[in-house]
Amino acid sequence: MTARTAARVGPGARGVGLRSLETAAAWLLGILWVLPLLYAFWTAFHPSEYSTNFTLAAPWTLANFVKAWHAAPFARYFVNTVTLVTMVLAAQLVLVTLAAYAFARFDFPGRNLAFALVLMQLMVMPDVLIVENYRTMTALGIKDTILSIGLPYMASAFGIFLLRQTFKTVPRELDEAARVEGCSPLQTLWKVYVPLARPTYLAYALVSVSYHWNNFLWPLIITNSVESRPVTVGLQVFSSTDQGIDWSIISAATLLSTGPLLVAFLLFQRQFVQSFMRAGIR
Amino acid sequence: MTRTREWIYAWLLLLPAMSLLALFTHYPAIANLWHSFHSTARANHPSVFVGLDNYRSMVEDPIFWQALKNNLWYAVGTIPLSIALALLMAIWVNNRIPGRGILRLAYFTPTILPMIAVANIWLFFYTPQYGLLEQFLGSLGFASHNWLGTRSTALPALMVVAIWKEAGFFMIFYLAALQSISPQLAEAAAIEGASRAYFFRRVTFPLLMPTTLFVLINAVINAFRMVDHVVVMTRGGPDNATELLLYYIYEVGFRFWDSSYAAALTMVLLAILAVVALLQFAFLERRTHYQ
Repeated sequence: MTARTAARVGPGARGVGLRSLETAAAWLLGILWVLPLLYAFWTAFHPSEYSTNFTLAAPWTLANFVKAWHAAPFARYFVNTVTLVTMVLAAQLVLVTLAAYAFARFDFPGRNLAFALVLMQLMVMPDVLIVENYRTMTALGIKDTILSIGLPYMASAFGIFLLRQTFKTVPRELDEAARVEGCSPLQTLWKVYVPLARPTYLAYALVSVSYHWNNFLWPLIITNSVESRPVTVGLQVFSSTDQGIDWSIISAATLLSTGPLLVAFLLFQRQFVQSFMRAGIR
Repeated sequence: MTRTREWIYAWLLLLPAMSLLALFTHYPAIANLWHSFHSTARANHPSVFVGLDNYRSMVEDPIFWQALKNNLWYAVGTIPLSIALALLMAIWVNNRIPGRGILRLAYFTPTILPMIAVANIWLFFYTPQYGLLEQFLGSLGFASHNWLGTRSTALPALMVVAIWKEAGFFMIFYLAALQSISPQLAEAAAIEGASRAYFFRRVTFPLLMPTTLFVLINAVINAFRMVDHVVVMTRGGPDNATELLLYYIYEVGFRFWDSSYAAALTMVLLAILAVVALLQFAFLERRTHYQ
């Protein structure tokens, strides 16, 4: 930071020098940041004797991926994760939309109290209430199902809050015009509010999907079988059981399990970043 | 619509979300308190009211104190560094730096990957003898060191992973805030001959204050919530050196199956989160963010 102290806003010989120094620092940090990932790529795509031996002569191979794919039921894990993520998102979108609409455009007794009760979930997250939620799932008899992984997250305070903010920016005139046309409140919601909130929905969906694709501790606790395990838990079960620790295969499995998300991210990088930005701005 | 009908309508809209929230947020929080005053049901020993017994054993439990201490160090070690790095990254990526698109991608990528997966990669990275870190340090002539297997370095090694994972996430919020700052301010400062450091200290940083608070709250919550890497990399060891509060709750609740004691431990975690919430209300709410 001392180097920056001397830098001027306007260009100058010294300023340019410091600028390039800063660029170098930024790139150094960038390289450090992707290094672990590049390392995983190297290990996964080369035979295990090259996993710590970096030469250009190292032969490329897909054998590690093939071995990993056959060593654990990854196909099933992927189906489970996709089911989970879809189910949670679908339920969230419906519940969150209805609740946000009530908070944004209805005046009713207990509104502030209800909103405070919703916001409580931002602090008392399902991630923390694992002991009690496990008890509840046992009592409901749905332990070790995909439903039980998703259920605690379906009413999302974050989503309600985010969408309520968006709904509040919808001009009241549009709302009233729809009512004059004879729309019921639900029709107004569907025809006026939902289309106008599309960017917020996209942002929320991306945040939700990446959160639930990556979630680990709760699924680890509540699932106990191949039929319900998401890919994160599957990966952990795979790499912690005695594989004779072959890092090439573990790296391959790691890349495999993050692959779809990583590819989606690289393809829709701009949308991802903008979505996270939008979701973060209050 | 009459008033009463509107009330009923609103509550009907809220009903699905509220009932799920009640079942999986409000009820468990209260039930957790209730169960923390009871003993864990065992074969032939049904759960009975034991008053403060669970809390008494907690006070006498050295692992609990170790976990709490570790978690505080973990928070102190990760939060300021990841926020500072996030700010630095955001400023760099916001400037006209060559290749900033690629840089932004590089900084942000760890964020979207599952912690469980990247923890596997880092586990290999830290592996004694074979790991990349060892090879690199070995080539510089340093002696081999078991980073995750030594008491003094295990927790810092986990902190590095957390910082690496989180900085890019927080960068996004700073980036959004930086882009909303009017460029005219920088132009005016340039005309006045203000240095970049001065401009940053007197204009940018104060304008970023709400973002910093928001990021700070998130960072504190994450410091107490994210334990996936502990599961993969150290399992709380060596000798409880990386035992974090939530991981300890997981161990007590689901490996030793002492759910009542786990409930008492959860109350401590909830209390910490409640303090964070109160601080948030004290600082953030004044800015009428929710309106």
